[in-house]
Amino acid sequence: MQSKMKESDPILEVKNLFASTDNLPILKGVSLTVYPGEIHAIMGRNGCGKSTLSKIIAGHPSYKITNGDIKFSGENINSLEPEERSQSGIFLGFQYPIEIPGVSNLEFLRVSTNARRKFLNKEELDTFDFEELVKEKLELVKMDKAFLSRSVNQGFSGGEKKRNEILQMALLEPKIAILDETDSGLDIDALRIVASGIKKISNSQTGIILITHYQRLLDEIEPNYVHVMAEGKIIKTGRSDLALELEKNGYEWTDNFVKKT
Amino acid sequence: MGVSFVRVYKANCNKLFLDNMVNENLVKDVVKEPYKYGFVTDIETEKIAKGLNEDIIRLISQKKEEPEYLLDFRLKAFKKWQKMDEPDWAGLGYKQIDYQDIIYYSAPKQKEKIASLDEVDPKLLETFDKLGIPLTEQKKLTNVAVDAVFDSVSIATTFREELAEHGVIFCSISEAVKNHSDLVEKYLGTVVPASDNYFAALNSAVFSDGSFVYIPKGVSCPMDLSSYFRINSGDSGQFERTLIIAEESSSVSYLEGCTAPMFDTNTLHAAVVELIALDDASIKYSTVQNWYAGDEEGVGGIFNFVTKRGKCLGKRSKISWSQVETGSAITWKYPSCLLLGEESVGEFYSVALTNNLQQADTGTKMIHIGPKTKSTIVSKGISAGNSINSYRGLVKMGKKATGSRNYSQCDSMLIGDQASANTFPYIKSQQPNSEIEHEASTCRISEDQLFYLQSRGIEFEEAVSMMVSGFCRDVFNQLPMEFAAEADKLLALKLEGSVG
Repeated sequence: MQSKMKESDPILEVKNLFASTDNLPILKGVSLTVYPGEIHAIMGRNGCGKSTLSKIIAGHPSYKITNGDIKFSGENINSLEPEERSQSGIFLGFQYPIEIPGVSNLEFLRVSTNARRKFLNKEELDTFDFEELVKEKLELVKMDKAFLSRSVNQGFSGGEKKRNEILQMALLEPKIAILDETDSGLDIDALRIVASGIKKISNSQTGIILITHYQRLLDEIEPNYVHVMAEGKIIKTGRSDLALELEKNGYEWTDNFVKKT
Repeated sequence: MGVSFVRVYKANCNKLFLDNMVNENLVKDVVKEPYKYGFVTDIETEKIAKGLNEDIIRLISQKKEEPEYLLDFRLKAFKKWQKMDEPDWAGLGYKQIDYQDIIYYSAPKQKEKIASLDEVDPKLLETFDKLGIPLTEQKKLTNVAVDAVFDSVSIATTFREELAEHGVIFCSISEAVKNHSDLVEKYLGTVVPASDNYFAALNSAVFSDGSFVYIPKGVSCPMDLSSYFRINSGDSGQFERTLIIAEESSSVSYLEGCTAPMFDTNTLHAAVVELIALDDASIKYSTVQNWYAGDEEGVGGIFNFVTKRGKCLGKRSKISWSQVETGSAITWKYPSCLLLGEESVGEFYSVALTNNLQQADTGTKMIHIGPKTKSTIVSKGISAGNSINSYRGLVKMGKKATGSRNYSQCDSMLIGDQASANTFPYIKSQQPNSEIEHEASTCRISEDQLFYLQSRGIEFEEAVSMMVSGFCRDVFNQLPMEFAAEADKLLALKLEGSVG
């Protein structure tokens, strides 16, 4: 179902991926290919493995790949550490961004950005230069400078946490961004801010995977492909109208689909 | 009795614990960080015979050409000590100390009278150079005056003339005994009496050297003062004595650093520190303690049994302790404040990090005696390896301490699943019109927090050290700037490879 005319190589290739946590299989043969400039949406019931897929791509240590491969820019990354994946350009926007008491957001963002810059052989930024850069990006997500002096995500509202994720994405300029339910828990204004942030970052070189339950984000950002996951597999792939169909009919049919196969 | 105190327990522990993912071998690595101050200086020393008796005390006093009152002070302390029992209430586990097997006086051999630094044995200067404490005129730190103590004696004190212009006296206590005897006689033992406790009594009997600071009325000390204590001999104890007096409306910031070579025997360090603040005076006392902690199996290391106490005698006086305790096999100390003066303020900010088989039992005592006195306690304990890290603190409101307040916050962080953390807050109030507030929390570095930082390109160990220094932020903010940076580095170093 992938687009036929590709001039460049895929950014991300997930091939027949099986993974488990505590010996409990979660992914049961996921395949997904993302080319530069593409936006993919992954939808599906809670517990179908969407978040797991995103965490495994980012290298979460709790999950074990039992079969299959993840290739990033043509290289197998199955055994890379999470930090190596991030540095090389994989970004995971967390569904529930983690609070880190005592660690200043500014310092966190700077260390993180510099880790990526170092990988790209770019000059690392000192506090002053970094503040210039971050100010520019703050506008993108309409965040106040005051956020920088607070501890990472601590005491942030749901919307603020999600915007902080988009801010990180904007700073890291990843090659592929996987956004895990970045739209959940946002009011309509915050949703627009987040959506416009995503749009500004997406370009012909970047791939984006949106994991979502709702059409409303996809109204703002039209995906090239919509995948439906159930029971640890992608069971259907379509164009953006598939999302509308899901919105209308729900996921019940996916249960039948799984039973049948 | 109307004791008003609020107890808030924050439950910010995460369900996913680091230990789930911690590979046991890696935890062991944490402890493997080599101790970079472990070298021994090969220098001829003058040591007296091992053992402790009246003759030894007389000999120490004689070597230091002390006046009669001081010998008296020592002998009385010794008599008291002989009648005392070594305390065991902290439940610290260590092999009994043989007090007759310790050398109580050890000094590097050098010329009797040293006119200038040029006459100091280059080996000694080199030692302090290696420790990052250059003493020579060309290299000395520009913004800090240093008193360098090597085993039992003070080697050199920098910036003396500059300080003297302001009337500030900064010298070794032996010199103070000679040149400022009246001040020493007036204040020595007034904050920590010889009979205070077993180790204070021992110190009072045999103390060798230490620092003396006197800040005259109305003077704000123009630079930070610092003492650097170095234990070099393996078989001699270090019993230093520090006395700081801040006259009315004066202020001083004093820093203390400590290191020792690696020996497979335990060395006793039993110091006494006394601070006195008169009306409107303020003393800030900061410690970075990095004595040798022993090896991974807990062999060797310093027993750091120290009595530190400050007396806020004057109205609106202030004494602030901040400490970063990372070294020593066992740390047993409670820098405290006696708040006598009306509206006087006591503060205690502490970070204690233990690893391997280290034990730390540390905290403070805030004794509110005068009215409207205020105290703040912020303690951060980090335990890794198989270590035990305890906060023990007393907050006491006396009968006259009306309108007094205390706020305590004790947080513990566990790294790995073999370490333990305890909090023992003791609260006694005889004054209903006072307020005591205590908060405590325990947390572990969670797998999710680590993954979050890693997924932003931050290496595992850097992520741990970021979180540890984040955890200690409230305390680091209280340290003088150079110290804060050093403390941060020290913690990172200590934890390197300890998790993973």
